Amino acid sequence: MIEFISQPWHWSISGLMIAFVMFLLIYLGQRFGVSSSFQAMCSIGGAGKIADYFNYDWKKHDWLLVFVAGAIIGGGIAVNFLGSPEPVQISSATIADLSELGIQTPRTLDEGLGFIPHDLFNFEMLTSLKGILLMVVGGFLVGFGTRYAGGCTSGHAISGLSNLQLPSLVAVIGFFIGGLLTTFVLLPLILS
Amino acid sequence: MKLLKFLFVGILFGIVMTKSEAVSWFRIQEMFRFQSFHMYGIIGVAVVAGAIMHFLIKSGKMKNHFGETITFGDKPKTYVASILGGTIFGLGWALTGACPGPLYTLLGQGHWIILVVIGSALLGALVYGMLKPRLPH
Repeated sequence: MIEFISQPWHWSISGLMIAFVMFLLIYLGQRFGVSSSFQAMCSIGGAGKIADYFNYDWKKHDWLLVFVAGAIIGGGIAVNFLGSPEPVQISSATIADLSELGIQTPRTLDEGLGFIPHDLFNFEMLTSLKGILLMVVGGFLVGFGTRYAGGCTSGHAISGLSNLQLPSLVAVIGFFIGGLLTTFVLLPLILS
Repeated sequence: MKLLKFLFVGILFGIVMTKSEAVSWFRIQEMFRFQSFHMYGIIGVAVVAGAIMHFLIKSGKMKNHFGETITFGDKPKTYVASILGGTIFGLGWALTGACPGPLYTLLGQGHWIILVVIGSALLGALVYGMLKPRLPH
């Protein structure tokens, strides 16, 4: 059983499981959307004193903070007990493109799981412009953008689209405009 | 403890994010380069299965755990915020290779450097909250 789960999952299984998680949250009286946790955490930190946006009863998101704690634990369980026998197998075209940008894709588990590019995402890189752009500016844009758009991949792309919400479709189009700009314009500049 | 249920759903979510490889910076690059169907398959199946689920819940007037009929609110029709915020998030998504769910999952995998990304995301949310009255929605 454990061996069966430990294989990398086929995309159709993964998609069904995400829909199942969304169903569980709806059944428990909530909605699937992770980025609201940023608003709740800022609110707990006292941001309500600076901006009205954080002046709300964060306890309505207490379940989400517990869910997020679960996601952290789940990540730990998955890599420690359900780890795949090989790193993430991406297409050879992507491996070649990334190699041109100077990024090596792990081919063995010793080189990494293929989840994050370790040469770029590490504490030493925080002293370089490259690292600051990828980790700090990148993270800032994720927090700012998801709150501005009112949702991220879970709230808009999956929850919103599957409930036929037009604002979510517009947001997902935005995700791709931004993602393509970074991939084909910003990343080559940053990594050159 | 009513919140404990959400811990278990969260654990399942973290496992799904990891095993689906949606947490992979490399998979996100592959997606934005249109070089594999993997991420599109995951999101596509989740959306189609979710749409069927929404339809069944609405037509069957299904009740939730508390015995209340499940209803769905509409997303606010703030299209300017959707497109501008969405684009800003997209710029960040391709840089960090992770959207919010995977960020938490990666942290749990022991990638402490992700704390920097999460901290920056919180700062981004904070600045959005401060600028919100002055931004077009």
